[in-house]
Amino acid sequence: MPALLEAKGLHAAYGETKVLHGIDFSVEEGGVTALLGANGAGKTTTLRAICGMVHTDGDIILGGEAIAGMATEDVVRRGVAHVPDGRGTFMELTVEENMRLGAYTRKDREVEADFERMFGYFPRLKERFRQQAGTLSGGEQQMLAITRALLLRPRLLLLDEPSFGLAPLIVKEIFNIMRRIRHEEKVSILLVEQNASLALAFAEDAYLLETGRIVVSGKAADISKDESIRRSYLGY
Amino acid sequence: MKNNWATAAFVILLAVVPTVAFSGYHLFQLTMVVVYAVAILGMAILVGFNGQISLGSGAFYAIGAYTTAILMTTFDVPYWATLPVAGIVCAGFGFLIGLPALRLAGHHLALTTFALAVAVPQVLKYKLFEDWTGGVQGLVIDKPDPPFGLPLTSDQWLYLFSLGVAVLMYVLAWNLVRGRIGRAMRAIRDHATAAEAMGINLAMVKTRTFAVSAMYTGIAGSIGAIVVAFVAPDSFSIFLSITLFVGLCAGGAASIPGTIVGAIFIEFVPNFAEQVSKAAPGAIYGVILIAMLFLMPMGAGGFLARLWRQSFGSRGRSAGDARPAALGHDTSVPVDLTGSLARADRMPVGRGEGVKP
Amino acid sequence: MEGLIHQIIAGIATGGIYASVSLALVMIYQATHHINFAQGEMATFSTYITLTFINLGMPYWVAFFLAVAVSFCIGVAIERVLIRPMINAPILSAIGVFIGLLLIVNSMSGWLFDYTIKQFPSPFPDESLFGGYVSGHQLGSTGVTLAVLTAVYLFFRHTSLGLAMRAAALNPVSARLVGVRVGWMLALGWGLAAAIGSVAGCMVAPVVFLDPNMMAGILLYAFAGALLGGIDSPLGAVLGGFAVGVIENLGGAYIVGTELKLTMALVIIVVVLTVRPSGLMGRTVQSRV
Repeated sequence: MPALLEAKGLHAAYGETKVLHGIDFSVEEGGVTALLGANGAGKTTTLRAICGMVHTDGDIILGGEAIAGMATEDVVRRGVAHVPDGRGTFMELTVEENMRLGAYTRKDREVEADFERMFGYFPRLKERFRQQAGTLSGGEQQMLAITRALLLRPRLLLLDEPSFGLAPLIVKEIFNIMRRIRHEEKVSILLVEQNASLALAFAEDAYLLETGRIVVSGKAADISKDESIRRSYLGY
Repeated sequence: MKNNWATAAFVILLAVVPTVAFSGYHLFQLTMVVVYAVAILGMAILVGFNGQISLGSGAFYAIGAYTTAILMTTFDVPYWATLPVAGIVCAGFGFLIGLPALRLAGHHLALTTFALAVAVPQVLKYKLFEDWTGGVQGLVIDKPDPPFGLPLTSDQWLYLFSLGVAVLMYVLAWNLVRGRIGRAMRAIRDHATAAEAMGINLAMVKTRTFAVSAMYTGIAGSIGAIVVAFVAPDSFSIFLSITLFVGLCAGGAASIPGTIVGAIFIEFVPNFAEQVSKAAPGAIYGVILIAMLFLMPMGAGGFLARLWRQSFGSRGRSAGDARPAALGHDTSVPVDLTGSLARADRMPVGRGEGVKP
Repeated sequence: MEGLIHQIIAGIATGGIYASVSLALVMIYQATHHINFAQGEMATFSTYITLTFINLGMPYWVAFFLAVAVSFCIGVAIERVLIRPMINAPILSAIGVFIGLLLIVNSMSGWLFDYTIKQFPSPFPDESLFGGYVSGHQLGSTGVTLAVLTAVYLFFRHTSLGLAMRAAALNPVSARLVGVRVGWMLALGWGLAAAIGSVAGCMVAPVVFLDPNMMAGILLYAFAGALLGGIDSPLGAVLGGFAVGVIENLGGAYIVGTELKLTMALVIIVVVLTVRPSGLMGRTVQSRV
C-alpha cells in the first residue's frame, strides 16, 4: 500500500539558517509515525514544512499529489490538520468558536454530529463550550486543539509535541483518547514528541532526527527495544 | 582630514554661488531649502535616530515661528536674538510633550502627535490669544536689513544668515549623533529593553531627544518666519507636518546628509508636480512618497550617502549615514528603514502559548 | 435645560458618525495593527462618488448603495496593492504609506471633483421632530449608523465568514491552519471599513457640506473615540465614538467654545493614552499556559 505522505530529500530553512538537510520519511495510510529527537533537531520544522509554513526544497507527496511549496491554506484544504506546538488556540474566542473554525472549510451538514462525537472523546469541552478558550487549562487547550484539527475530517493529522507543558496524568489521558481516536476516525498520524517512550508506545513507525538529519528509522517496537539507540539518542 | 576640507569647501561654495548667481524668488526658494533642512534635521534626530515616530513637527515649527513673530512685533526684539529664545521655548514644549510620549510608541505616538498637529491652527486662532497672535490674520514681520551696511540685498543677507545658522546646527547634530548620547539614542531605537538593561536612562534620553528635536524644528520655524516675513495660523496646518514628514522619508530618516535631500524634495517637487497637473500636486507627492518607500527603503539620502562615502573613502563607519544593516552587523550604525525599527515594535503573536523556537 | 437636551441629542447624532468611523479604524487595527490615517479621506472620496451618482440622475438610495459597493471594491484594491506588500515593513515605512495614501486620496477628491464646497442632499425630511429637539436628519442618520453597526455586529458574531475574519485578525498563523485565507480576510476588512466610511461620509456631508477636507476633523474625533473605547474592541470603539460626540458637543457649548473643539479631541487622546492606554473596554485576555 503506498504511503499517504512521503517526503524525499526535504530541505528546509528559516531565512539563512538551514534546519533540515535532505530528509526522507513516510507516513503509512492509517498508521502512526513518530518523529523523535532532541530540542532543535528540526522536528517542528518538519511539520511546518509539510504545511508550507517554511521555505522548502525537495518533494512532499500527499496521496500522490505533490504539495511542496503550496500555501498553508491549500495544504490544509487537502486534508492535513496540524496541531501546532503551543496549541495555537484562539485565546480570545470561545471554545465553540474555536471548534467552528476547525470545521470552517467543510461544506457538509454533519458538523453538529461531529461536535457530539468530539464531546464523546473530550467531555470537558462540552462543559466549557461557551467559555473563552484562554481560560482553559493547558490540558483542556490541548484537547481543544486536537478537536479543532479533527473537525477538519483530515486524512493526515500532524501533532506537534502534545505532551509539552502538561502534567503526566493529563498526558496519559490524552494519549489514551488518541488511541481511541486513531481507530475510530481512521486518520493517519505524524507525531512529533520529545517524550520518546510515550511516542514509541503509541506509534508503529519511528524516525529519529538529529540536527536536521535522519539518523535512525524503523519500526517503533524495534527501536524501543534497542538499548544502544535508546541510550545514545533517547536518553533512557 | 580630507573629509573636513571637502566639507568646508562645499559649504563655502554653498554660500557664495547662490548669493551671486540667484536673486529674488530663486534665492528665496534656496533659503527655504535651508530652513526645511534644519526642520527635517530636527525630525531625523527624533524619528530616525531615536525611533520616536512623530507627525507633529509642524507644531514646533509654528511655535518657533510665532515666538519670533511676537517678539519682533510686540517687543521689538532684533530678529537674530529671537532665535535662541524660540529655541529654548520649543525645547521646553518638546520636553513637555516628550513626557507623555514616554508611554507611547509606534502608531499611538504617531497618532497623538498627528492630533497635536491638527489642533495647532485652532489654538493659534483662538480668540483669547488674539492680541498676541494676531488671530486669523496673523502677524506681519519686517524684513531685516543686512548688518554693518554690507553691500547685500535683504534676500542675500537672509540666505547667508540662514546658511550660517544651519551650518552651526548641522555641526552640533553631527557631534550629538556620533557621541555617547547619540549611541544611547540609537540603542533605544533598536532595542529599548536591552538599552535599559545596559543602564541607559530611557526617560532622560527620550525626553531630551524630544526637546532637542523640537528646538531644531522651532529654530527652523523662526528663520522661516523671518524669511517669509509673515505668520498666519493656516500656514501651520497638518499639511506642514505631513510635508516635513515626507521630506524626512525622502532623505532616509536616519541620515544627516539625507535631510538636505529631503528639504530640496519638499521645496521643489510640489512646483514640479503642479506643472504636471495643476489640481493634483498632493497626489503626485503621495505617489512619489510611496514609490520611494517601496523602491528605495533607505531614501534618496541614504543612497547618496553611500555614494559620498564611496567617493571620499570612509574612516570606518560614519554615524551620520544610513546604510542597510543586515541582522548581526554592527547596530551602532543607524540602520536603514528596513532594519531594527521593525523588530523593536513587533510584538510576538500569540499570548500565553508556549511557542518554541 | 432645553439647550442641554439639544446638545446631547446633537452629540448622539454626530457620535453615531464618529462611532462608524471608529469602528472602521478598529477593524483595520485589529487585523493589521496599523492605524489607517487615510480613513477620513477615503470616506470623503466615497461621498463624492455618491454625489456623482446622484447628479447622474440616480435616486438617492440607489446612489448610496452603489457608492458603498464601489467603496468596498476600492478598499479591497487598496489593501491588495498597497498594504499587502508593506506587511513586513518597519513601522516608519508603514506610516509613510498611510500618509502617502492620505495625500493621494485627498488630491484625487480635489482633482476629480474640484475644491468648491458643495451641498449634499439628505434623504431624510427636513422637519423638526419631537417638539423641536431632533431634526429629521439627526434622527435618520442615527438610525442609519445604528443599522450599520448592528449589521456589522451580526456579521462578525453569527456568520462563518465573520468568524474567519476575526480569527485571521487574532491569530493569522492558526487561522491558516484551519484553512482561512488570511490575505483575503484582510482585504475584506479593508473593503468593509471603506464601505462603512462611505456611509459615514454621506451622513455627515449634509451637515458640514462637502469639500475635500471634510473628514479631517471627524477623523480626529473618530481616533479619540476608538482610543477611548479601546482600540482592540469594536464595541468599545462604537461606544467611544458616541461618547466623544456627546463630550464634543457639551464641551464645545459649555466649556471651551466651538473654536477649540479639535483641541478637546487632542486632550482626550492624550489623557486616554496616558492614563489607560487600552481604553475603557480594552481587553485583557485571560490566558493560562
